[in-house]
Amino acid sequence: MELTGAQALIKSLEHEGVETIFGLPGGAILPVYDPIRDSSIRHVLVRHEQGAGHMAEGYALATGKPGVAIVTSGPGATNIVTPIANAYMDSTPLVVITGQVASASIGTDAFQECDITGITMGITKHNFLITSAEEIPRVVAAAFHIATTGRPGPVLIDFPKDIAQSKMEWWYPESIDELDLPGYKPEIVLDLSSIEAAVALISEAERPVLYVGGGTLKSDATAQLVAFAERTKMPVVTTLMARGAFPDSHPQHLGMPGMHGTYTAVTAIQKSDLLISLGARFDDRVTGKISAFAAGAKIIHVDIDPAEFNKVKPATVSVRSDIATALEAFDAAKAISKNLDPWWEMLNGWREQYPLVYAPTDDPALLRPQEIIEAIAASAKPGTIVSSGVGQHQMWTSQFWKFDEPRTWINSGGAGTMGFGVPAAIGAKAARPDVDVWCIDGDGCFQMTAQELVTATSEGFPIKVAILNNAYLGMVRQWQEMFYEERFSEVFLDADLPDYVKWAESMGAVGLRARTIEEMHDAIRQANEIHDRSVVIDFRTPASEMVFPMVAAGASNDDIMVHPLQEVKN
Amino acid sequence: MAPEPFLGDVDRSPVTHHILSVLVENKAGVLARIAGLFARRGFNIYSLAVAPSEGQARFSRVTIVVDAESAPIEQIVGQLNKLINVVAITDLAPKDALERELLLASVVTNSENRAQILGLVESFNASIVDVDARSLTLMLAGTPRACDELEKSLEVFAEVELHRTGRVALPRLTKTEEN
Ligand SMILES: Cc1ncc(C[n+]2csc(CCOP(=O)(O)OP(=O)(O)O)c2C)c(N)n1
Ligand SMILES: [Mg+2]
Repeated sequence: MELTGAQALIKSLEHEGVETIFGLPGGAILPVYDPIRDSSIRHVLVRHEQGAGHMAEGYALATGKPGVAIVTSGPGATNIVTPIANAYMDSTPLVVITGQVASASIGTDAFQECDITGITMGITKHNFLITSAEEIPRVVAAAFHIATTGRPGPVLIDFPKDIAQSKMEWWYPESIDELDLPGYKPEIVLDLSSIEAAVALISEAERPVLYVGGGTLKSDATAQLVAFAERTKMPVVTTLMARGAFPDSHPQHLGMPGMHGTYTAVTAIQKSDLLISLGARFDDRVTGKISAFAAGAKIIHVDIDPAEFNKVKPATVSVRSDIATALEAFDAAKAISKNLDPWWEMLNGWREQYPLVYAPTDDPALLRPQEIIEAIAASAKPGTIVSSGVGQHQMWTSQFWKFDEPRTWINSGGAGTMGFGVPAAIGAKAARPDVDVWCIDGDGCFQMTAQELVTATSEGFPIKVAILNNAYLGMVRQWQEMFYEERFSEVFLDADLPDYVKWAESMGAVGLRARTIEEMHDAIRQANEIHDRSVVIDFRTPASEMVFPMVAAGASNDDIMVHPLQEVKN
Repeated sequence: MAPEPFLGDVDRSPVTHHILSVLVENKAGVLARIAGLFARRGFNIYSLAVAPSEGQARFSRVTIVVDAESAPIEQIVGQLNKLINVVAITDLAPKDALERELLLASVVTNSENRAQILGLVESFNASIVDVDARSLTLMLAGTPRACDELEKSLEVFAEVELHRTGRVALPRLTKTEEN
């Protein structure tokens, strides 16, 4: 069967089981948009290519399947660079197809030419420039293989226009042996001696902590983690990337570690004598000052990517494995811990003394952001997916939303990309139309990518957006308040500009506003009753509210600042 | 026992470097991927040499001399290994490596310095590969240390154009304890 390169590309995506792609056409990718009309694949037309990338990420994070985006060359390609970088930092499987000028024009500064493979070399797991129509099936199959195996990540395929228009005889690789990837060997043979060494450390530890990172979700290891934790009685902390990997309602869960983690999670790690890292990468937002991080702990570092070992913190034992396999191996090797009752006594003491708190509102006219999140969470059906932007609202969501299921928390961790929330929520809704999707957003973040609500309306992906409108770039404001003597510089946004209600309505969504507790409950109730349109609620919150606990950047986790309400007065 | 070659076979310069012999797919952009990785991770490269490998058009061999002070060698190897086009990496510590480098230098000669240059050629076991009325070109294939020494010795001459290839290396066949 003879196909054009464009047809071969779309047929290859169908072969990979792709159901939805997010994109926006243009000159160089035009030939590919013709066969899209005849394909079983649903194309979602975005309003900005950044939206396409974040939607693909939301889709991937909600399902574990790779997200796919397609854009044109030049500015189309550069507009999707931010989501690619974001996916790289968070190891999210993505396949991004960019149009490219005709092969003969490459290197001539042709119209809308840009070296996107060069630009994305450092922020993709791999990228390809297609050089002939015959290789399209192999490159597409290789891209999906690379994006989804080992440590997942984004892969980019740059697709010159002339190749889309040339002919090829259709074929498709039947096995990974045909992918021509001599340097890519993601399969791992578990080193049992590393398991034995880890089990020995576990059996000696008096104050162990399971430090659960995003790799645990990638490995779908929740069931194994719960079983292992319950059998060994060890306490669990889940990083920002791992919220939902272990139920928040579980009594062994201490919460999130790091800069805005719970006092108990942070302190448990500091005082631990054994830290078992499961798919985490010792990010500086978790460790604080590295020399002071878990200084008395031995470390078992489990990761699928050996380059993570000893990168930040030397490991006592490193176990190269995906998390589910490693946990099963620990179980098979009969890992048991000591009697941890004394440790739990300490942990429970901290939990009692320093729970997550916020200033109570006697004033019904005042809305606390944390209270809004708790109210939405309380009204949400089980399995509801929640996304966020980046800032204070993100930290509060990860603190005050109770996550009980994996893949229900969609957020930008490693890159901290403002504007991630709305398009990622739309991508999640596209993947999971059966569940409600909330985006808890900041006013600043919302203004970066809100136009994608037009996409949500026209494509029928109704989401619910709660803007915690504090009229500020709140997280930056918080740092200026705490570390720059309240010299606020370029952080004021204005609560009334834009008018979020009108803006929502102009995009086909329902716009609501809430200033009081009563209005809050009313707006949430309305939002939960609307299923055929998106809803945007403009919640007015005080700018003075700050995120606690907090470890200052570069400070030791021992110097964690608790909420002012909890400070011991002396 | 064979006599010790000039200046010894072993590089006696401070041992902070490692030699990575990297087999890569012969694909467009591979060098950029390697160089980019080193740049963005802050790994220092002393020298880099590339050539088609093992008679196969499919692969090339890149010999990279890295500064093992700039990052732990385990990190450098681990990150390099993640490049999809990198097929295999051999990490050679200097004591286990047979390192060689090629130096070419054209020197403008006159009646006064000619004898001195020829003396250097002889004592370094270098050879003369090109001559004209005004100048000569000499070549040394030797240890990086020998190349360093020769380069230094040539500094006294007024007009020298000098190029070095960067080193290539293989594991030593018989490993000796002495050095
Ligand atoms: C694209 C981007 N630009 C800048 C920043 C730096 N930054 C981090 S949080 C933040 C403020 C976010 O404001 P808003 O969305 O209103 O959230 P809030 O902190 O007020 O909840 C800024 C500017 C960022 N993370 N991403
Ligand atoms: Mg704000």
